[in-house]
Amino acid sequence: MSGHENFVEPEVIPVDKAKILKIWKVAGILALVTAIEFALAFTVERGMTLNVIFIVLTLIKAFYIVAEFMHLGHEVKGLVYSIILPIVFLLWAILAFLMESSAIFDAIEGWYK
Amino acid sequence: MAHSAVIEEEQNLWGGGAAPLKASYGKLMMWFFLVSDAFSFTGLLTAYGYVRYKHIPNTLADYIPSFDRWPIPEKVYNAFPFFGHANMPLIFVGLMTFILILSSVTMVLAVEAGHRMDKAAVEKWMLWTILGGIMFLGCQAWEWTHFIHGTVAGMDTNGDGLGDVFGANLVVNEYGPPAFADFFFFITGFHGTHVLSGVIINIIIFYNVASGLYQRRGHYEMIEKVGLYWHFVDLVWVFVFTFFYLV
Repeated sequence: MSGHENFVEPEVIPVDKAKILKIWKVAGILALVTAIEFALAFTVERGMTLNVIFIVLTLIKAFYIVAEFMHLGHEVKGLVYSIILPIVFLLWAILAFLMESSAIFDAIEGWYK
Repeated sequence: MAHSAVIEEEQNLWGGGAAPLKASYGKLMMWFFLVSDAFSFTGLLTAYGYVRYKHIPNTLADYIPSFDRWPIPEKVYNAFPFFGHANMPLIFVGLMTFILILSSVTMVLAVEAGHRMDKAAVEKWMLWTILGGIMFLGCQAWEWTHFIHGTVAGMDTNGDGLGDVFGANLVVNEYGPPAFADFFFFITGFHGTHVLSGVIINIIIFYNVASGLYQRRGHYEMIEKVGLYWHFVDLVWVFVFTFFYLV
């Protein structure tokens, strides 16, 4: 326990107001985009166009969370790409599965007609 | 001079200890774990989309729950605590989304305070983050209870105008095809498990902050690592919100 007695509390660095403001600005953007999604869900007619708008707005939110909150936007390029590039595989997975399911839907519908 | 410095650096690479990604081992491994977790959640959400688009969609104009038709989210998730059976579509999930985003913000503030070696501020923001996580879990518990308990009307399966199926379990549910409730339980449950483990990890880290461990260590990097995990949980909810509740 002798280590405790010699321990000097490190000095607290004062708050950088601009940094805190930036954090709350990003939070505001996330809240605003969610509010827009909400408004659209009740005012715009359901359909493919609305779904595409929802996906784009979701990707905007995802960008701000990953780039600012998770700080990936300020890391070195190598780290950014080693996180982002594997996600490309997922895009194909999503596309392939949705194409297949709509083909199954058409096949079942066609069978009964 | 600059040239010789570069050569010297290259020679030193063979001695080890170089960090080309300019991030610590722990932070990198957290990132790669999160990438693998992103694959799990994408698998689940893609499976949801697959099964959903295999079914005939229900229509808003003449909405009647049926085993054959995939339900519309705003017709299912339309209750709010203490408002009984008033129709308040998606308001409650919206509130949950705001709670989780806010707890993500307090986590960023905790990380920022850690950079400044401000122990008191880290403690404060970690506590807010833990509180936000617990509130979210409470909301989810209510949401599950309501989903399992069901509505007064229920689903009419034999056309006599009276409900025969009430609430939801893994075999049958009053909202739509059995797979609908199965996906609800599995996807929101898997996410909820992540939130729960995140809260537990946050509490452990808070204890370490309060005991002065990171103060003695000289840096608050553990806050950054647990912060990455917590933001990821928020990120997943953003996608669950869109693909489960909005679309």
